[in-house]
Amino acid sequence: MFDFSIITTAIDQFLRSLMPSAMAVFLECVLVAVCVIVAYVLLAIVMIFMERKVCAAFQCRLGPMRVGFWGLLQVFADVFKMIIKEIIHFKRTDNLLYNLAPYLVVLSSLLTFSCLPFARGLEVLDFNMGIFFVMATSSFGVLGIMLAGWSSNNKYSMIGAMRSGAQMVSYELSIGLSMLTLVALSGTMQLSEIVERQADTWFIFKGHLPALTAFIIYLIAGNAETNRGPFDLPEAESELTAGYHTEYSGMGFGFFYVAEFMNLFIVSGIASTLFLGGWMPLHIPGLDGFNAVMDFIPGIVWFMGKTFFVIWLLMWVKWTFPRLRIDQVITLEWKYLVPIGLINLLIMTLCVVMGWTL
Amino acid sequence: MNITFIPLSEFRPRMEALRQEKGMDFLRDIIGMDWGEEGIGAIYMLENSTTKENIAVATRTTDRENTIIPTVSDIWQIANMYEREVFDFFGVVFSGHPFMRRLYLRNDWVGYPLRKDYDESEALNPVRMFSEKNEEDYLHTLSPDGTITTTLDNSFDDKEYVINIGPQHPATHGVLRFRLSLEGEFIRKVDVHCGYIHRGIEKISEKYTYPQILALTDRLDYLSAHQNRHALCMCIEKAMGLEITDRTQYIRTIMDELQRIDSHLLFVSCAAMDLGALTAFIYGFRDREKLLDIFEEVTGGRLIQNYNTIGGVQADITSGFAGKVKEYCKYILGKLQEYNDVFTNNTITRKRMIDVGVLSKEDAISYGCTGGTGRASGWSCDVRKRHPYALYDKVDFKEVLYSKGDCYDRLRLRIDEIKESVKIINQLIDNIPEGDYKVKTKPIIRIPEGSYHAAVEGSRGEFGVFIESRGEKSPYRIKFRPMGLPLVASMHTLLKGCKIADLMAIGATLDYVIPDIDR
Repeated sequence: MFDFSIITTAIDQFLRSLMPSAMAVFLECVLVAVCVIVAYVLLAIVMIFMERKVCAAFQCRLGPMRVGFWGLLQVFADVFKMIIKEIIHFKRTDNLLYNLAPYLVVLSSLLTFSCLPFARGLEVLDFNMGIFFVMATSSFGVLGIMLAGWSSNNKYSMIGAMRSGAQMVSYELSIGLSMLTLVALSGTMQLSEIVERQADTWFIFKGHLPALTAFIIYLIAGNAETNRGPFDLPEAESELTAGYHTEYSGMGFGFFYVAEFMNLFIVSGIASTLFLGGWMPLHIPGLDGFNAVMDFIPGIVWFMGKTFFVIWLLMWVKWTFPRLRIDQVITLEWKYLVPIGLINLLIMTLCVVMGWTL
Repeated sequence: MNITFIPLSEFRPRMEALRQEKGMDFLRDIIGMDWGEEGIGAIYMLENSTTKENIAVATRTTDRENTIIPTVSDIWQIANMYEREVFDFFGVVFSGHPFMRRLYLRNDWVGYPLRKDYDESEALNPVRMFSEKNEEDYLHTLSPDGTITTTLDNSFDDKEYVINIGPQHPATHGVLRFRLSLEGEFIRKVDVHCGYIHRGIEKISEKYTYPQILALTDRLDYLSAHQNRHALCMCIEKAMGLEITDRTQYIRTIMDELQRIDSHLLFVSCAAMDLGALTAFIYGFRDREKLLDIFEEVTGGRLIQNYNTIGGVQADITSGFAGKVKEYCKYILGKLQEYNDVFTNNTITRKRMIDVGVLSKEDAISYGCTGGTGRASGWSCDVRKRHPYALYDKVDFKEVLYSKGDCYDRLRLRIDEIKESVKIINQLIDNIPEGDYKVKTKPIIRIPEGSYHAAVEGSRGEFGVFIESRGEKSPYRIKFRPMGLPLVASMHTLLKGCKIADLMAIGATLDYVIPDIDR
């Protein structure tokens, strides 16, 4: 497999040869930040386009077709429209919090986004407790949503924010539990290391039943975390018009929108990293020829392929199911997912201790 | 139609007797009426829901200043709304009514528009460029000395978390407004505000000739356009003693049923949308589109078709009509399974709808919730069976009944009714007799003096037309029975202790259309 760290090390050495090392590190930070933000925005655009086309396919429609070939430029046009739109300020909003909220949401998802290992050597934030970092950064997005709902001074937004608080804080638990199950299996919290340890078999196969259970719980809870249907209660458009972002216009709304899509990408990316081997090709122990062929496909293709497969799964769910009611959402979490998750963690630990893994 | 007049002094005991002894449990409508010299009052149309016996009683008073009639809102729950409407248009204060507030017009409206001595000058009621305040809702009560006092409506206090659902809201399917008092997600109080799309159709009709009024009926419940117009044409034809041809009857019946399929498809899709299942929503609209194409070919209109006319229909059916309808009937039966697969049998749909918004049979009758809502509660209220009109006594179809009356029953009932409608159409479509599609009528249509009533089964309940004629070319008073008002009235009972999300499920499955409520 091609190791990306060759390129990054080369750039690093080149920069250090030109300038003092502190300067070089600063410049690298800026470069990396720009790259992350560009990747973030480009992926968001791809996802929005994908959502429209997938949704159209499920609904027997064509989706956007007019702007550019097959509607390819539609999302760019929409982004442009969003950028030039007026940001409307309201009299009785809490201005500081109102303006801060979208940035918090985007910041949270950007930080989590930087943890994803896209390919060997292509990870921005990678240290020995990566999973904890991911859980921590992804959970303060809910703060932004709560602030948005609170500061808008709108009753719909307020209800949306309250729903979101109840829902996201609850489902945080299930996500954490299913991630811990996999940590128990892998024995490490470093994301790149987790991928490396799936070189022989992906964890979803290695951990068989408990891993599969954790995967399903993760998908359900991840869907709830991203506020997407059937868990889109915080912005249930037929109940609360637009929920917590009712009062936002222009890029304020744009940030929420982009963050929602990117959270979907992140949830799927983590799912593919933890369960489906991340950038690791499909290896079947014993079939060396097959494994060698698989290795020819670059890691980034494997990662993106798996991630978009999970995204497609979640989109399928969103465009099929009606919305749940708030009490049903909470019941599902506390009465079913958390107990199952806890028992599952126990079973997984037992499997690892007894060596019952594949 | 025979109307029995009851003197005001005997009114309350006689009404109670009708309810208790004769079992008149279904109050079809209260029609406010200004008889001129003889007084102002109201006509009460009652029905016994088991024996199907009909009766119309009226009471009136000559006092035009303090027009007071005892309320019947404690006997029939729906009278609460109907009496408010009569108060709004005629200024009749119903003594003992718990909530006498204007229903449709603004609180600062001067005068009562359907009274015959109403001053129409624009100086009195200019177009007001400021919005009405919640704090300016007035209640009208009868004080002990016999005069009417007006007090501020204090149903919501400052400490409550009051939220408006509507008038512009995706889930109200039009411009209806609910004021809700919330406690977390729970709904504690509901107050319905109607009238945002009130056009005064009944008032306009008093100045229009009969053929002109026809144009307005399609705009009441736009999803029952055919049936509404059918009712009005039927009422006028009945009054004139006009015999219409068999071919017309066939066409009218088929079109009524097609309209019902159209409405029910929209119902299922909108219910799906309100619950957040957008794919099912698009499926319904995809299939409805094909039906609208058939409407367009025959009538020239897709939503508002203006097809029925006095003595027949506007134009003959096209040559390919029968073939297309048959093809469509086959097509839609296959698609119903798809709705069931993707939406009706979905676990979340079932969890959201089963045991939510249960309307008991007694409440359904007392509120007068006809149509699918009543039948889901087990009340056999189909006008096509109760008082057959057109060809409904000749075709074989089943009145779909469910017993529980929750949202899920109401949803399934509509899907079953589509099947029954297809059955009716299939029996008729091959046998449309030759003949005239329209009987020649005089250029100016006059109805002999008297009161006339006709009712059809609209897409969402009984749609009735009442005409009081004085032999002129326009009616003295015309009243359309709203199908949606009882449904909205029943929300007060259904929403007790529900959550916000249940409001959407209940509202969607009750299936009201706002222009029909507001008229």
